[in-house]
Amino acid sequence: MNTFKIGGVHPEPNKLTADRKIETLALPTQAVFPLSQHIGAPAVPCVQKGDTVRVGTRIAEPGGFMSASIHSSVSGQVAKIDSVIDASGLRKPAIFIDVEGDEWEPSIDRSDKLVLQCNRSRDEIIECIKNAGIVGMGGACFPTHVKLCPPKECTIDTLIINAVECEPYLTADHRLMLEHPDEIIIGIKIILKVLGIDRAVIGVESNKPDAISLLQSKTSMVSGIEVMPLKMKYPQGGEKQLIEAVTGRQVPPPPALPANVGCVVQNVGTVFAIYEAVMKNKPLFERIVTVTGKGLKNPCNLKVRMGTPVSQLIEYAGGMPEGTGKLISGGPMMGRPLLDETAPVVKGTSGVLMIPEADAIRREERNCIRCAKCVQACPMGLEPYLLATASERSDWECAEENWIMSCIECGCCQSTCPSRRPLLDWVRLAKNRVGGIIRARNAKK
Amino acid sequence: MAQKLYITTSPHIHCGDTIERNMRTVIWALAPAFIASVIYFGLGAVIVTATSVASCLFFEWFITRVFLKRPSTLADGSAVITGILLAFNLPSNIPLYMIVMGALVAIGIGKMVFGGLGNNPFNPALVGRVFLLISFPAKMTSWPVPHQMVAYTDAVTGATPLNLIGQIAGGNSAAMDQLPSLKDLFLGNIGGCIGEVSALALLIGLLILLWRKVITWHIPVTILATVAVLTGIMWMINPVLYVNPLYHLCAGGLMLGAIFMATDYVTSPMTATGMVWYGIGIGFLTVVIRYFGSYPEGMSFAILIMNAVTPLINNWCKPKRFGEAVK
Repeated sequence: MNTFKIGGVHPEPNKLTADRKIETLALPTQAVFPLSQHIGAPAVPCVQKGDTVRVGTRIAEPGGFMSASIHSSVSGQVAKIDSVIDASGLRKPAIFIDVEGDEWEPSIDRSDKLVLQCNRSRDEIIECIKNAGIVGMGGACFPTHVKLCPPKECTIDTLIINAVECEPYLTADHRLMLEHPDEIIIGIKIILKVLGIDRAVIGVESNKPDAISLLQSKTSMVSGIEVMPLKMKYPQGGEKQLIEAVTGRQVPPPPALPANVGCVVQNVGTVFAIYEAVMKNKPLFERIVTVTGKGLKNPCNLKVRMGTPVSQLIEYAGGMPEGTGKLISGGPMMGRPLLDETAPVVKGTSGVLMIPEADAIRREERNCIRCAKCVQACPMGLEPYLLATASERSDWECAEENWIMSCIECGCCQSTCPSRRPLLDWVRLAKNRVGGIIRARNAKK
Repeated sequence: MAQKLYITTSPHIHCGDTIERNMRTVIWALAPAFIASVIYFGLGAVIVTATSVASCLFFEWFITRVFLKRPSTLADGSAVITGILLAFNLPSNIPLYMIVMGALVAIGIGKMVFGGLGNNPFNPALVGRVFLLISFPAKMTSWPVPHQMVAYTDAVTGATPLNLIGQIAGGNSAAMDQLPSLKDLFLGNIGGCIGEVSALALLIGLLILLWRKVITWHIPVTILATVAVLTGIMWMINPVLYVNPLYHLCAGGLMLGAIFMATDYVTSPMTATGMVWYGIGIGFLTVVIRYFGSYPEGMSFAILIMNAVTPLINNWCKPKRFGEAVK
């Protein structure tokens, strides 16, 4: 079985919700839509206070080339355009909508009927994906229409579907594959059409045998789509790691892109959103969220309208367990901590995870004993101990020489450090500074 | 908000590994060698090991609490290991005051002056041992013969396999007949330092370290392989002067050094390629000192010299970066 070659760790999978069917969460009373739910420029509101909107109405337009539209997930009235603290921990501008009824835009096809035939041209599909506000659903939230237009000089030969879900606890993608395999396969065909290629590989980790066999049976008659089981290892869902696992190719260090080695990677949730946008005219306004945690009464996979406060998801799952120490948006390896439960679900919310206090507290930091476990764990072949020390000494030159910009912030180093050093904190700091130095240098040229 | 939530950046989970866990595993891995030493050297082994561990703990406690006024670091287990390793590198008939002096040098000069665990450039136990070797060469190079269960400083000493190997290389072919059998050598039924005699017990320790993922195979395997290859070449050139490489592998402190001393986290290189070069260096220097040096054993010096080279190795041997091959 394939996997990536360098480093990697094996955190406990804790997939508590793998057998829980996707349930639909009730509408919130008020939905909140932060304007930056994606990488790039924030969206610009195109509604005002007092406007009436329907489900699927566009409420904010892209604020630039690298940006994405935002659509209302509810019907009702725009209450205000204010700000909210999102998973970044920062206060960000957001549109607040008071919910009245559930009236959808009439252009959206709400039936369950599978639409098989796509008659749109390549450009029409890209326009449609852009208009639907689709971004990478794996958590990075890179605008999908940008990713589907790789630089002209690159020849793409393989579409890789990221169905790895290597983050512990999360099962949203797993459930999506089990419950909507046909839609995913049609979505893959749409993307293949856009890219003008005929080979797609769905990468799935071997801990999801049911999804692997289901997709294999569904694709057995489809030429060009292959399901590839991968050996379990974190961070296999990292774009570069997945490309290597599937094709054996290594993406060169930044600024190189996956397209430089002929690959485009799309998350399986994004593929589903593309199907809905292209075939059902449905913009991206709901997603599957795994609500989980060891003490939780009813961990579950929920279909949630964007903008729903996290508190409503937690309530559905049985309320926050006694002694919860950390509330995380996303998975335990790369997710972001939430300040409280009022944060809204956004496009990148793959999970809501509650961790008991005992696990949430960081243990006291000790001297580096140079055990080299971080070097062994790093999937990018870096020396986290050295980068962290360089960062502590503000030695940005040393950090740059030692490839700090290649760090993908997967957290393998810090999660294995027996001295409990906050390696990734230091690396992030240095990465930020070195990135600024490189940009300044390039601007001078 | 009913509950107080912690805010930290990712990752939010940890594999659970701690310094203490690693040190505990090393102590368990040293247990077979200790049992073997008690079987062969009896009371002396127990007295020397207990004194060494107790003095190392005392000096570490004294320096951190009384001199530095810092929280005690005894609980991390590193002083216990230094104590055990120092004892394992001493003959079982060495007087108490020498052990205490060795422990003071090991902990004080070997480790604490550099800032404690993690900052020492040299293996502390070896610093202590080499200090004793230079200060008390006679006491440090006469080893009791095994099976004197209740003897301590009064134990009868005799030639060790390495002494004999040296004599053979010096042209005394009669010494060849005194060499113990390979079986005795492998089990540890020979004279030598407390912890180094039983290759079997040390190899069990190696398996424990590898199984618990405390160390990787690189350092011990390259050291043993280098010694085997170099002594094998000498043996093939002249089997009259140079003994079978298996004798070299099982004799002296090679196994103990390769498995427990050279693999010390703090003083060994950080990357796999670095570890291989480090291992080759130690193996090479050991053979050179054994054959051409004035001491019968070269392991401690070889490791200390390579400890000094470790920072350079870390600069030279970088891991293979992701995407480096396809520039």
